[in-house]
Amino acid sequence: MSRPLLSLRGLSRRFGETVALDRLDLDVPPGEFLALLGGSGSGKSTLLRVIAGFEAPDAGQVLFEGRDLAGVPPHARPLNMMFQSYALFPHLTVAGNVAYGLRREGVARAERHRRVAEALAMVGLEEFGRRLPHRLSGGQRQRVALARVLVKRPRLLLLDEPLGALDAGLRERTGFELRALQRETGAAFIMVTHDQSEALALADRVAVLEQGRLVQLGPPRAVYERPATRFVASFLGGANVLEGRPDGAGGLDCPLLGGTLRPAETLPEGCTACALRPERIALRSGASGPNTASGTIEEVAFRGDDSLLLVRMPGGAVLRVGHAEEDGAPPPRGSTVQLSWEAAAVVPLLG
Amino acid sequence: MRRLPLLVPVLWLGLLVAVPLLVVLVLSVSWPAEGVPPFNLPGVAGLNGDSFALVLGDPYYRAAFLKALVVAGATAGLCLLLAFPMALGLVRAAAAWRAPLLLLVLLPFWTGFLPRLGAWIGLLRDEGWINHLLQAWGFIETPLPLLYSWPALFLGMVHAYLPFAVLPLYASLSRLDPVLEEAAADLGAGGFTVFRTITLPLAAPGAAAAFLLVFIPAAGEYVIPELLGPPSAQVVGRVLWQEFFQNRDWPTAAALAVLLLLALLIPIHLFQRLEARS
Repeated sequence: MSRPLLSLRGLSRRFGETVALDRLDLDVPPGEFLALLGGSGSGKSTLLRVIAGFEAPDAGQVLFEGRDLAGVPPHARPLNMMFQSYALFPHLTVAGNVAYGLRREGVARAERHRRVAEALAMVGLEEFGRRLPHRLSGGQRQRVALARVLVKRPRLLLLDEPLGALDAGLRERTGFELRALQRETGAAFIMVTHDQSEALALADRVAVLEQGRLVQLGPPRAVYERPATRFVASFLGGANVLEGRPDGAGGLDCPLLGGTLRPAETLPEGCTACALRPERIALRSGASGPNTASGTIEEVAFRGDDSLLLVRMPGGAVLRVGHAEEDGAPPPRGSTVQLSWEAAAVVPLLG
Repeated sequence: MRRLPLLVPVLWLGLLVAVPLLVVLVLSVSWPAEGVPPFNLPGVAGLNGDSFALVLGDPYYRAAFLKALVVAGATAGLCLLLAFPMALGLVRAAAAWRAPLLLLVLLPFWTGFLPRLGAWIGLLRDEGWINHLLQAWGFIETPLPLLYSWPALFLGMVHAYLPFAVLPLYASLSRLDPVLEEAAADLGAGGFTVFRTITLPLAAPGAAAAFLLVFIPAAGEYVIPELLGPPSAQVVGRVLWQEFFQNRDWPTAAALAVLLLLALLIPIHLFQRLEARS
């Protein structure tokens, strides 16, 4: 990895008894699209506010190209932030909002006009410069907020739930546009989101936060397929997390499942749980041995491209099982099914 | 039965606003006379326009109007200058502190108006506490003429009207989303620039409302100039009182009242437009 644009070193922040950030380390290279993924209270918004300078960390450092930003006020930091509520200035026109940051830099009038027009064109709002924010739709406001930060040509842009306030229909399209703008400008984006599909779809790397700690960091596919902890496994894609005891032969004995999970590689020392993705489980009659089990279908939920089955296992566990449409109609509720999966689908969890 | 709830405000407005207003209007076009009451209704003799002609034509009355507007404007301006940092402090204070601090702002409303003025007189007069202390410490030989001065007048005015300015400003500043100030800082604005470009313009309607809310009642103020102000502070309220009680010229006093009301219709209208917009 080239020299990181942003480095976080041992960042901690508490609010009274609540730990928002817990000794967090993270490097972001130039031009990367990083998604910070976590539930509410995971510390992801606090992390963004610490980087932007609105919160001071109790311990640790924020380094921008190696320079410690401690004590540097928000207005002097070499980065910008797009707020979840967009925070458009209601008394300024769209063009006035976009020009605000350039005025603060002292950019000359002609140059300012040119860059504002350019930024508005970039987000497709060239006709809206004279409007006031309250006369725009939600999607248009989001674009103004984006233009307002991009016009400053930041090398690092923080985005707090940039798609969160948009309708579902607009979200996918805007997500692609965001990705394209990020590529076009070459800026590093750090996007906070609680929506895993958004994070997986847009980011180069996904950082999963849980209670202020960075629990996993990696490319979307790797994080999805090889979750490191119980939390990541269940948060991303709703994997089945199965607890058990090592059977001494490289497998995990799961009483709740009524069977044995055997991963492709040997089970790491001290591992007491494995993840199993719903879509990796197949219905196969006559299957037996490790990596098979049988149970009773409790619920069937049609989801369009597949169905989700809830299968009650003899040990009491309820397994989420995906059933692809091309495999025909799923068996009805109450039927007993035999399940099997490949060893590669069993992911040992460490924590 | 359904009209009953409407009856109360209509009666209230009718008895306490419309009727007195009508009485004043009739008085202002009545004929002055010796006797009790000291006027004749505009009956057989027709309407009397002399009072309005006098009040509009005589420089003494015009100066009284001008002084009242200047005093009210200066009072409103001073209140605004003091109220802005107070309201900002209230909004920025920790949540637990906000209610007690707001209570302190409103506290003067709970004490009587005249006792408060009495307290100022007690502090400011020649034998008052301030002169007494200054003399005891040897700063001055003879008492300073603090009372019956312009500063004393404004002290009393600002003291009486400050809460009227703090409350609308507080309301408008507390509606201001702090994220806007953060966004401005993020875009490169330092503390004062954020205040100048974001906080101040967004609080402007609240500031205008605060100004008018002080200006409107202050323009008709009579008690404070009378009790604390210098003899030269002949504001319209004071002149009106003199016409009514000392000269017993009720028509002229009524004409002054009508013209003051007309003059205040403009700021009242402005205030209502501001309120309707927010």
